[in-house]
Amino acid sequence: MAIFYILLFFMIIAAFIAVETENLLSSVICVGAIGFGVSIMFLFLRAPDIAITQIVVEVLGLIILIRACISRELTFISGPREFFGVVVSVVIISAIFLAGVMVFRTLPDFGTAIFARAPQAASKTYVAAGLEKTGAANLVASVILDFRAYDTLGEATVLFTSIIGATVILRKKTKKLLEEPDA
Amino acid sequence: MKGMTIIVKTISSWVKVLIFLFGIYIILFGHLTPGGGFAGGVILASSYVLLMLAFGREFVEKNLPLPLASKLDCIGALAFALIAILGLVLGGSFFVNFLYQKYLPGEALNLISAGTIPLSNIAIGLKVGASLFLVILVLSTFRPDESGNKQE
Repeated sequence: MAIFYILLFFMIIAAFIAVETENLLSSVICVGAIGFGVSIMFLFLRAPDIAITQIVVEVLGLIILIRACISRELTFISGPREFFGVVVSVVIISAIFLAGVMVFRTLPDFGTAIFARAPQAASKTYVAAGLEKTGAANLVASVILDFRAYDTLGEATVLFTSIIGATVILRKKTKKLLEEPDA
Repeated sequence: MKGMTIIVKTISSWVKVLIFLFGIYIILFGHLTPGGGFAGGVILASSYVLLMLAFGREFVEKNLPLPLASKLDCIGALAFALIAILGLVLGGSFFVNFLYQKYLPGEALNLISAGTIPLSNIAIGLKVGASLFLVILVLSTFRPDESGNKQE
């Protein structure tokens, strides 16, 4: 358990530096450090699927962010902070933190499954009969692509729609296409 | 922007094959080992991002043109939806694993098993890889004008 507290301490320090530093590049790198800390944490929590996804997405996002802040020459953040904005965000963050503390009390202890407390939980079926019902040895795959495939469909739709939006807004030939008469 | 030095170019031209192969492995074995369509698709996209950083944008655009990438994206999304609708037609309800339950049970822990799950993994991998490649290509193509206004 000590490793979790060390990682958590590391990530909180990285988050503070990411918010407080004036150099945009070091801020981006601190955000990357938080992401890698999260992926190591997933690995220690025995969730290798999520750790793989987290580390891969983190690398790709970090490359995009570093490239963006190098090529735009926006390497420094300047200007005073607004007092009102800081107060509002501190209030909202502490409200969310208190709500999170309340929610954590209802969770089962670390390492025990939810169906130890609630016998009707659906996850009991997933763990007990996942291999027999879907034939997939990786129970995570059987959950996201068979039992809960609707979630995956929604996720794929969100990704698809966002990519359509990005390609339409950022395309090069917009002006030409608009000037052409309709065929 | 013509890419980086010859050292980076040589090493990335060796490594890109391994990264691409690893992405395909993660996708194909998603129902047996940790991994799956999403992680594998991101790895496929990152092999192209490596090429883009090392050789420049034009090289990658020649290798995998933007219209082809958006077609691959659409094919992946359509294939995933088609698997869902085939479950409705052949199995009786949306997203039912009709291949495993009726036609091809397969043996657990084999590559050909679990019915539609590997097919869905392949569709999602294609979709995620193509769309992440697309968004990076589009973001790196976009440049503001000299006057500071955005392109219209």
